Amino acid sequence: MAMLEVTNIGISFGGLKAVDDFSVSIEKGQLYGLIGPNGAGKTTVFNLLTGVYKPDTGTILLDGSNITGKRTIEINQEGIARTFQNIRLFKDLSVLDNVKAGLHNHYKYSTMEGILRLPRYHKVEKAMNERAMELLKVFDLDQEADYKASNLPYGKQRKLEIARALATEPKLLLLDEPAAGMNPNETAELMETIRFVRDKFEMTILLIEHDMKLVSGICEKLTVLNFGQVLTQGDTSTVLNDKRVITAYLGE
Amino acid sequence: MKKNKVLVQNSITYAIVIACWILMQLLSATGHVSSLMKGLMVPLCIYVILAVSLNLTVGILGELSLGHAGFMCVGAFAGAFFTKCMEGVIPSVGLRFFFALLIGAAVAGLFGILIGIPVLRLKGDYLAIVTLAFGEIIKNLINVMYVGLDSNGFHFSIKDTTSLGMEDAGVVIIKGAQGITGTPKAATFTIGIILVLITLFIVLNLINSRAGRAIMSIRDNRIAAESIGINITKYKLMAFSISAALAGVAGVLYAHNLSSLAATPKNFGYNMSIMILVFVVLGGLGNIRGSIIAAVILTALPEMLRGLNNYRMLIYAIVLIVMMIFNSSPKAIEMRSVFMERFKKHKTTAKEAA
Repeated sequence: MAMLEVTNIGISFGGLKAVDDFSVSIEKGQLYGLIGPNGAGKTTVFNLLTGVYKPDTGTILLDGSNITGKRTIEINQEGIARTFQNIRLFKDLSVLDNVKAGLHNHYKYSTMEGILRLPRYHKVEKAMNERAMELLKVFDLDQEADYKASNLPYGKQRKLEIARALATEPKLLLLDEPAAGMNPNETAELMETIRFVRDKFEMTILLIEHDMKLVSGICEKLTVLNFGQVLTQGDTSTVLNDKRVITAYLGE
Repeated sequence: MKKNKVLVQNSITYAIVIACWILMQLLSATGHVSSLMKGLMVPLCIYVILAVSLNLTVGILGELSLGHAGFMCVGAFAGAFFTKCMEGVIPSVGLRFFFALLIGAAVAGLFGILIGIPVLRLKGDYLAIVTLAFGEIIKNLINVMYVGLDSNGFHFSIKDTTSLGMEDAGVVIIKGAQGITGTPKAATFTIGIILVLITLFIVLNLINSRAGRAIMSIRDNRIAAESIGINITKYKLMAFSISAALAGVAGVLYAHNLSSLAATPKNFGYNMSIMILVFVVLGGLGNIRGSIIAAVILTALPEMLRGLNNYRMLIYAIVLIVMMIFNSSPKAIEMRSVFMERFKKHKTTAKEAA
C-alpha cells in the first residue's frame, strides 16, 4: 500500500486546465520529486493535495484513507504538512512559538485551563517546550529559540518552516521549492537536512524543486509536469535523461 | 528562559496597576485628590478595560473593529437591566452588581459570537465598516426600546410606554431614549481596579497559552496557520467574543457609575469606539501595557490641563504625536533599545563594582 495514491486528479480555472489527469503513487519513506517548467502546475498540485483547492476529478488516498475534497485543517490532521514557496512563518512569534504552534493539535489543554493556569497547563506547556526544543535542535535552531522568526537569516527561516511542518507529526511532508534563493553551500546543507529528516522521522517526502543538483542528488523518483499534464515519471536518472524532459525545459 | 521573561513582563504590568491603586489611596487619604480627579477614577478603569480588551481584537487577532462601544453598550444595558429587575429579589447592592457584571459579560460575549460569525469572514476595511454599523445599530435599537415589568411578566414595545399595556403597579425599566434610570451607584475605584486586574489576568494569560498562540498565528499568516491544522474560525471567534465580553464588563461598570443610563452618541457612539482605538494604536498594537498607559494618560490629560484653558487641546495633540513617534517609529524604537542596553550595562558594572 502506497503512502500517497493520487489517481487522475484535475482542476480547471475557467477555461484553463491547470492540472489535468494527474496521477502519482509514493511509497512510505520515499523521497519523491515533482519538477517541470514554470507554470506547469506544480504548486497547484500541492494546493490540491492540501485542500486549498478541491479537485474537479479524481481521488487522493493518504495511507489508504480518502482525503479528496477535505478541508486544509482536516487534511493536516490526516497527516499532510507542507512548506511554502514564499516562506510563510508567523513572523512576530518567537522561533520556539512557531514550532509550538505546529504542536497545536497534539498537545492539548482547554482555553479555560490556559487562562486559569491550572496544573494541566503547566504540564502540557512543559512537554510542548521539550518537544519543540528537540525539533529545533534537529535543525540546529535551538540557539535561536527566543528570536523573533522574522529576524532569522533566510536559510534558517526555511529550516524553521520545515520544523514547524514536522511538529504536526505528518505522514507526508510537502516541500515547495525548499532551495529557492539559497546559495550552493546552503543548498548542499539543505540536501543533508532533507535526507536526515527522511531517515530520522521515517518521513515520506514530496518536493518541488528547480535546482537540478538537489533533485538529482536526493530524489529517488520523479514526476515531470508540463502544461498541467504528466510528461513522464520514473527513476530520477532515467527521467532526467529523457529527451522530452530536456525539450520541455530547454525548448527544441 | 523565555517563559521567565514573559512572567517578569506580566508582573510589571500588574505591579503598575496595583501601584496606581496604592498611590491613589494614599493621595486621597491625605486629601490631595481633587473632586474632579475622584470623579475620573472609575471612568479611567473603564477606559483601561476597554483599551485592553480591544487590543485583543486589533493587536492580537489583527482585525480592525470599530464597534467596541456597541459591545460596551450591550453589556451596560444588560447589567443595568438585571440590577433593576432584581431590586426586590436580591437586596444587597454589591451582590446584584456582581451578578450584573457576569450577566453583562455573558450577554456582550454572546453578541460577540452572533456578530462575529458573519462578520469575521470579512477582512480589513470591510470588517471595520460592518462593526462600525453594528455599534450604531445597537445604540439606535436601544433608543427605541421600551421594556416594562409587572405581575404578568415582561412587556415589550418599540413605540412608547403606554403601548406596553401594563398594570398600574408595573414598572417601566427601559424607557426608550431615556434609557434606564435609578441604577445604584455601586462602582468604586477599588472595584474598578479589581476588574482591570481580572481583565489583565484573562488577556495576558490567554495570549501566553495555546489558544493565544493560535490566535497570533492566524494574525501573522492565515494560510500557514490553516496548513498546520489550526481552526481559524474557532480562534477568531474566541478572541472576538472574549474581547466583546470584557467590553461588556466595562459597560456594566459604566452603568453602575451613573444613576441614569441612556445610549447617546457621546457615550456609546462612533466617537467612543474611535477613542478606544486611539488608546490601542498609541499604546502599540499587541502591547497590553501600552494600552493601559495610553488610556490613562489620554483620559487624565485633558482634565489635568483644564487650567491651561486655550492651550489644552494643543498640548493634547502634541502628546498624541510624541507618543506615536515614541511607540511606533523605527528610529525611536532603536533609540529606546540602545538606551535600555546602556542602562543594563550600567547596572551590571555597578553590581560588579559593589
